[in-house]
Amino acid sequence: MTKQNRQVDSWEYAPSLESTNHIHIKKRYELFINGEWVKPSSGKYFETINPANEEVISEIAHGNDEDIDRAVKAARKAYTEVWSVMPAAERAKYIYRIARLMQEQARELAVIETLDAGKTIRESRDIDVPLACNHFFYYAGWADKLAYAFPNRKVESLGVAGQIIPWNFPLLMASWKIAPALAAGNTVVLKPAETTPLTALKLAEIIEASGLPPGVVNIVTGYGDTGAALVNHFDVDKIAFTGSTNVGKIIQKTFAGTSKKLTLELGGKSANIIFDDAPIDQAVEGIINGIFFNQGHVCCAGSRLFVQENIAEKVISKLKERLKSLYLGDPLDKNTDVGAINSKEQLATITKYLEIGKQEGAEMYQPACTIPEKGFFCPPTLFTNVAQSNRIAQEEIFGPVLTIQTFRTIDEVIQKANNSPYGLAAGVWTEKGARIFNMANQLNAGVIWANTYNKFDPTSPFGGYKESGFGREGGVHGLAAYVKFV
Amino acid sequence: MSRLEIVKTYKIYIGGQFPRTESGRYYSPVNKDGKVLGNICLSSRKDVRNAVVAARKASGSWSERAAFNRGQILYRIAEMLEGRKAQFVEELQFQGSTKLAAEAEVNLAIDRIVYYAGWCDKYQAIVSSVNPVASSHFNFSVAEPMGVVGITAPENSSLIGLVSLVLPVICGGNTVVVLAAENLPLCAVTFAEVLHSSDVPGGVINILTGSTKEMTPTLSTHMDVNALVYGGNDPLELKEIQENAVLNVKRVFAYSIDWTKADAQGLHYISDVQEIKTIWHPIENVGGATSNY
Repeated sequence: MTKQNRQVDSWEYAPSLESTNHIHIKKRYELFINGEWVKPSSGKYFETINPANEEVISEIAHGNDEDIDRAVKAARKAYTEVWSVMPAAERAKYIYRIARLMQEQARELAVIETLDAGKTIRESRDIDVPLACNHFFYYAGWADKLAYAFPNRKVESLGVAGQIIPWNFPLLMASWKIAPALAAGNTVVLKPAETTPLTALKLAEIIEASGLPPGVVNIVTGYGDTGAALVNHFDVDKIAFTGSTNVGKIIQKTFAGTSKKLTLELGGKSANIIFDDAPIDQAVEGIINGIFFNQGHVCCAGSRLFVQENIAEKVISKLKERLKSLYLGDPLDKNTDVGAINSKEQLATITKYLEIGKQEGAEMYQPACTIPEKGFFCPPTLFTNVAQSNRIAQEEIFGPVLTIQTFRTIDEVIQKANNSPYGLAAGVWTEKGARIFNMANQLNAGVIWANTYNKFDPTSPFGGYKESGFGREGGVHGLAAYVKFV
Repeated sequence: MSRLEIVKTYKIYIGGQFPRTESGRYYSPVNKDGKVLGNICLSSRKDVRNAVVAARKASGSWSERAAFNRGQILYRIAEMLEGRKAQFVEELQFQGSTKLAAEAEVNLAIDRIVYYAGWCDKYQAIVSSVNPVASSHFNFSVAEPMGVVGITAPENSSLIGLVSLVLPVICGGNTVVVLAAENLPLCAVTFAEVLHSSDVPGGVINILTGSTKEMTPTLSTHMDVNALVYGGNDPLELKEIQENAVLNVKRVFAYSIDWTKADAQGLHYISDVQEIKTIWHPIENVGGATSNY
């Protein structure tokens, strides 16, 4: 464990570490294909590490195109012979059962998520894992009610769904993908991110224990090449991808001229807008949560702050003050607010952007805090004096970095907020109800958080406009991604 | 001596105006008897770009217009088309239809416009939702138009294909740039005249004639187009459109439908080109009150 030696002005908490002795992690994980744990055909394994101390946690199989082919074949067989012919109400019961098993193992899942991803235990425990369980529970009930979701249309499942998920919410993204796919009657081949495969593999164990028929869910770990093999496999009917806009575009291009279905949940550079009539202290908390939640590794992070000019000084000084009280350190410590950056590569990307910001003439602020010697950490960072044309205000950094700009009028801030190729989310802080609806209407983004930020729920559709991708996950709208109309 | 007939000049429709193509070029498609249909504008890349600019400019006020009002405007198109039925029947016959088929096509087009007029203030209630989130928030999802939509009209239809593709898209508050059927362009231009005499604001529907091969790359790579609807029948052309769409992650919808069928219409042609926006707001908790949503 890393020693907590922060320089804090007034408060110092005794460490409150979540115990790791009740968790079960195997030394090595094979691929989960057709209900069995099989060795990768390449014989290759890679290490997954704890980004908070760089210690190796486990060895993970590196699946290649041969393994993907096995998984897709298993999924196809399970689709044709079992899952698509099973009464929908029975299908629902399996999904409910998975939700229940996840709830029973919630604590273990949370600890493993924190170890593997670097996110704080408070977040894994209170947000990621409960939401993941709830997602299964929510979609389970849709399985035998699909006809009600699409008025006057007849729907059928697609077949085999290939799903590729990122490292920022490993278990939650697996749930967002798997639960609606199964409910709609599809079988699944899921490729977790290479830096965070563990909770998906724990989920595979849960699925195994649930008695779900073999091949209905297959989990093939690996790198980008593994994902590419899945995208390029001829017998996959659908790809659901969450990740960078660059990779999303490559997949979209690959699918041109095919009848395969695609949903993309890509990057963002979401605006968080605070008007002078906002409840300032609540808004400051919301801004902090908007950008520093999960170390800013959030596609919908409120990474562009727009403050109305007449309150800018006050808001910025409150933000700086608040930053000083954020605890950075061991993610397993229940006091920790800012955990570890997910990987060395991501830390390098963030550090690069900090340099770019300074070179562009923006003013950087970081609170005094001691960075643990081992592991990947980045202090929460603010940039003021930022221009709309700056790269740090335009490009997704995917880290705990907030750019702050000011505005005078509503029209100005709408134009600035919408002036982005992305359109995933936006935040608005004001006490005026009429203004909230005006802003909610005018902002080009798939999710609008008014006087709140970074809230998620299985019943609530999530997804973007423009280059943030297409399709929705969650709610009744999330079902459309996994059915075809006949 | 018989009276000399006045022959119509067919022009394109951009931003509520009828310019000739800025390129000054034309082409002369022929009907099956070898008769020239007319000197039709061979629109250029610049015409496509001008049309996108006009569509974007019209987008804000069209999407914000009251749904009921949009319904009235769409209904007005049907009224205007009904009044000019004879002209469309004549053009369809000139382009190769039988009189019976031509009359049926125009009647169906009028009825289809009325159908979508009726949807304007109704689809939102069907596709939106109030979502019962577990936390103390009011959470709802609404449909919003995608913005500017590029439409490739079916090659084999002069009127009904164009109407079937355009009406649901504008019904939902989008504005459009339409590439008319290359070799059956007459009804598209005359339809623009119908639009012009109805209450559709300039720029909501822009119609270009010419070579789809030439115009498609400009439309499908344009960074200010949000979505593309392809009504053609050429897999290679569709593939090219889908590849070009990647540039700014345009949404592409391809329909291969016999639009002359009475049931070739529906809510999904509207909802396909809508984005779903979800809005959260906290609900105050005073005295143990919780949300009922």
